[in-house]
Amino acid sequence: MAGAGVGMEGSRSAAAGAVLERGTGERRRGGRLWARLRHDPVAAASAVFLLLVTLAAVLAPALAPHDPSAIIDRPMAPAGGETRLGTDDLGRDLVSRLLYASRVSLAVGVGAAMLTVLIGTLIGSLAGFYGGRIDLALSGLINLMLSIPTLPLALVISAFIEIDLPLLILVIGGVSWTGVARIVRAEVLSLREREFVVGGRALGARDSRLVGRYILVNAVPPIIVAATLQVATAILAESALSYLGYGIQPPVASWGNMLQNAQRYLRTAPELAVYPGLLISVTVVSINFLGDALRDALDPARRGAPNW
Amino acid sequence: MRSYLVRRLLAIVPTLLAVSVVIFLLLHSAPGGPMAVYANNPNVDPADLARLEASLGLHDPYPVQYVKWLGAMLTGNWGISYKYARPVGGILGERLLATLQLVLASLVIASAVAVPVGVLAATTRPALQRLIGSITMLGVSVPTFWLGIVVLLVFSVKLRVLPSGGMATIGAGFDLADRLWHVAGPAAVLATLEIAGWSRYLRSMLLEAMGQDYIRTARAKGLGEAGVILRHGLRNALLPLITLLGLQGGRLVGGAMITETVFSWPGMGRLLVESLAARDYPVLMASFMLMAVLVLAGNLLADLSYGVADPRIRLD
Repeated sequence: MAGAGVGMEGSRSAAAGAVLERGTGERRRGGRLWARLRHDPVAAASAVFLLLVTLAAVLAPALAPHDPSAIIDRPMAPAGGETRLGTDDLGRDLVSRLLYASRVSLAVGVGAAMLTVLIGTLIGSLAGFYGGRIDLALSGLINLMLSIPTLPLALVISAFIEIDLPLLILVIGGVSWTGVARIVRAEVLSLREREFVVGGRALGARDSRLVGRYILVNAVPPIIVAATLQVATAILAESALSYLGYGIQPPVASWGNMLQNAQRYLRTAPELAVYPGLLISVTVVSINFLGDALRDALDPARRGAPNW
Repeated sequence: MRSYLVRRLLAIVPTLLAVSVVIFLLLHSAPGGPMAVYANNPNVDPADLARLEASLGLHDPYPVQYVKWLGAMLTGNWGISYKYARPVGGILGERLLATLQLVLASLVIASAVAVPVGVLAATTRPALQRLIGSITMLGVSVPTFWLGIVVLLVFSVKLRVLPSGGMATIGAGFDLADRLWHVAGPAAVLATLEIAGWSRYLRSMLLEAMGQDYIRTARAKGLGEAGVILRHGLRNALLPLITLLGLQGGRLVGGAMITETVFSWPGMGRLLVESLAARDYPVLMASFMLMAVLVLAGNLLADLSYGVADPRIRLD
């Protein structure tokens, strides 16, 4: 009894030490990110743009001049008068639809990325920590997922269910976690025999605690970088699925499904095809630039790698 | 080498079996089922429907249906398309051929552009390096279908120099120039992503190679800088690109799906989208199995050719 008590004391203070270390470590990395943003105008511009898009998405109801589903003018009315950018093929205000669509696209991006990290971390850490048969089975699952092309798989699943926003997040997140799982598995494999983990085990820490408080804490930087880039991938996946008609369903607007009909009006109203695609592209490229900056700031293993 | 090949091939079997189970369960648990198309058709009465279901074996329990399907797949009997009323094998063959033409054309464009861009990105002035970096980053970030739409808008609608889609001018016989004219747009769009990705990858590989001892040796013996880069650096930096090429086999099919849809290219990807709309289950199941085989074969080929190209790697 007494021994167990001492063990718990020990692990608690060890964990406290880990938390302290983590605190300073994060501050240091945060400082590095800040320094990087100050010296890298492209990354800084990306951050500002993403901030603006997020603000626009959050404040869409206040910013949008019209109801995004209301028909306010004749179809494909040119810009000017009532509208800033004109109307779409049904006569709805383009600006309002773009604003509301940003909420959907960002929600899918962030939501699916979070789900990806959740599933990937769970499967990767189980496989890496326990090894043996569990690793064999989970690695088999990862290989299975890797041999079915992601986009067609997501397409089939969303075609067969009555897709809505939460389900779309589930589908995209559910098919794209293999990358994170492999990263986490490799990190856990390399960390699990380190002294501080063995020490934690000797102090009587349970497996869940070892993984959560000792191992994963040290695998956070690559996971954050992967999660950031995953947001970009998920936004692209949403736009592709919605473009093909199996993503977000009208009348709800997403950047992808606004392009669904655009190809039909390419001759008469090309601007319908330009704005949503431009927004997707600039958002995704900003996330990728920021992800690169994050990688340089957070991932010590990659530091010293040549910068662009 | 031979034992390695046998082991790899044996390892592919369970993966393919697992893929087949997943695909089978996925498509058979779809609401509505394969008869959904007929169920809403007023000309099909319930008795016909029941007869059709019985003749397709849809009353059997799932495991029985699965084993029957798997057996048929293995013996080359891939079923009859619901939509085209033709054997699935023939349809897939035609479509795969069209996709391969498109993918091949895009690979030619991609490697012709990506290698010089990658070398330039590693060796030129830092300011120019950053510029190339930003452009290639844009290349990996633009949605494929939007890029396709923009290409159509600029080159087909505005400038009228490219066709608006399809594989060949309808009604015309086979004409190589006509085929090339049609493939240019979609192949360039498909190549964009590869160019951006490969040149970024090639740049980091080349920078890594340039730090090696054999580069210093080459410089020390008085070789010009261009010779050092091309003969010694690039040769070694290109090796990992082989792996990337193999791993992208499956991604190209997925990416081609979007490009083919935008440009009405009658390939595998467009077939998948059409079959999905028509709930053409035999075609869908066979397409997914074919894609899985292509992905796994691509991975294996990449590993094998890497072993051949790089004498430091021995496969055994």
